[in-house]
Amino acid sequence: MTIAAAEATPQQRKAGFDRLGRYGKPLLGLVLPVVAAALWELAVRAGLASGRLVPPPSVIFATFWELAQAGELQRHASATCSRVAAGFCIGVVAGTLAGAITGYSALLRRLLDPTLQALRAIPSIAWVPLFILWFGIFEGSKITLISVGVFFPVYLGIMGAIMSVDRKLVEVGRAFRLSDTAMVRRILLPAVLPAYILALRSGLGLGWMFVVAAELLGASEGLGFLLIDGQQLGKPAQIVAAIVAFAVIGKTTDWIVASAAAPFLRWEDAFVRR
Amino acid sequence: MLTLERVGKTYPNGVRALESVSLEVEPGEIVAVIGGSGCGKSTLLRAISGLDTPSQGRVVLDGAPVTRPHEKIGIIFQEPRLLPWLSVADNVGFGIEDRPKRERVERIGLALERVGLSEKARVWPRELSGGQAQRVAIARALVPRPEVLLLDEPFSALDAFTRVDLQDHLLALWADSKPTLVHVTHDVDEAIVLADRVVVMRPRPGRIADEIVVDLPRPRDRQSAAFDFAKRRILAALDRSLDRTVTVDDRETRAAAGQAMWW
Repeated sequence: MTIAAAEATPQQRKAGFDRLGRYGKPLLGLVLPVVAAALWELAVRAGLASGRLVPPPSVIFATFWELAQAGELQRHASATCSRVAAGFCIGVVAGTLAGAITGYSALLRRLLDPTLQALRAIPSIAWVPLFILWFGIFEGSKITLISVGVFFPVYLGIMGAIMSVDRKLVEVGRAFRLSDTAMVRRILLPAVLPAYILALRSGLGLGWMFVVAAELLGASEGLGFLLIDGQQLGKPAQIVAAIVAFAVIGKTTDWIVASAAAPFLRWEDAFVRR
Repeated sequence: MLTLERVGKTYPNGVRALESVSLEVEPGEIVAVIGGSGCGKSTLLRAISGLDTPSQGRVVLDGAPVTRPHEKIGIIFQEPRLLPWLSVADNVGFGIEDRPKRERVERIGLALERVGLSEKARVWPRELSGGQAQRVAIARALVPRPEVLLLDEPFSALDAFTRVDLQDHLLALWADSKPTLVHVTHDVDEAIVLADRVVVMRPRPGRIADEIVVDLPRPRDRQSAAFDFAKRRILAALDRSLDRTVTVDDRETRAAAGQAMWW
């Protein structure tokens, strides 16, 4: 009796989780931040905390709304987004090309990889002064910095993926007498795709990281400028509002990349698929 | 006709995997190549397939030397090696992508029906059992209608029941178009069930030790005395090939040879 009851419980719990369905499960992720925000709001309202340095959600929302009303939020967000977009595109193209040729040809790997690995060891922020000298203080240096940040994870990801393509599957291609281009199209590309998507996503993550660095170091617009502006004028709510905007936009762009790739990766024998 | 002319293979590290292997295989013949590990069975098969090139001698198919993978030669590996990103049907059609779509669909459908997996056409390879996956691999190799089909221990990773099932399956498929089969195995029963001729190989360097003709009518009864007799002969040849003291008593084999007149 007791054993039966003990066994039934996890099953019932699982059934409860399953019943949440397709739209319910993603909402589970919201529980923790929403509860934390509500508790903080209550604490400030009840006078348990001043909320001056850590503004409560209502103040942040008000600031957010104010900035959006004035069109400031959109202006800064779109400046940041276009920098990330440009840097991401350049970084992805360069990283993909470099990773593809070094993954495919052992000679080119011997030739290029050591230099690229050495460059990778340099903290990318260290380039900033040089980039500013080379590309000026405006968009050029910022986009270059972001591209550098995006380049390395993409480069490493695709090179590693090509090098670890299953030799046995390549042999299947050879047995069916595929030409070099057919081998790339029908065996290498699909085999590399899962790792490539992952590399794109980590590249995008670094792109968002580096745009903040670039904008903190001097910008007249962008979400990073809102951060600095909030610090200098003592407006913590504005800082948190900008951080929230970063989180929302970053998560959204990652979601776009992941879901654009999902139809091509349905074949994967993944650990969990829900 | 498939001919091997004194084929030898020495790997770059100096290991001599094959030495002077000569063999003639008639069209439609089923030859099983058997031997212990390290006797060059797989090396031999890879040389025939054109995936590796022999260091000495040559492989000739219908008068033309084989130096790279050949359109008339198909190969089935020990693992199914299905492409995980293609559906079962697309895997089966992998080798005929240059054909018009209509013909492709028809031939894929036919091949899947023939291996009994029609209802799995739209499924991903990961959803197949080991035996099903190997059946898909067989269908994939047969769809381009090869004249010669090479099999590299294709059933060795499967459980005994599935193995027997697939051996029968393979024979049924062979009967459709009668390609030449060269079947590498280390399973004596499998060699006798399938082959017209069993080539026994010996190791270091790999070469042919003995050839035994299995002249039994198909389908072959695995329990029959004649089957048992063939098995004794092959086991004795295998023992000799390893220069071991003969563990299968050859006198008994000879006695059996006398009794064997009735088959």
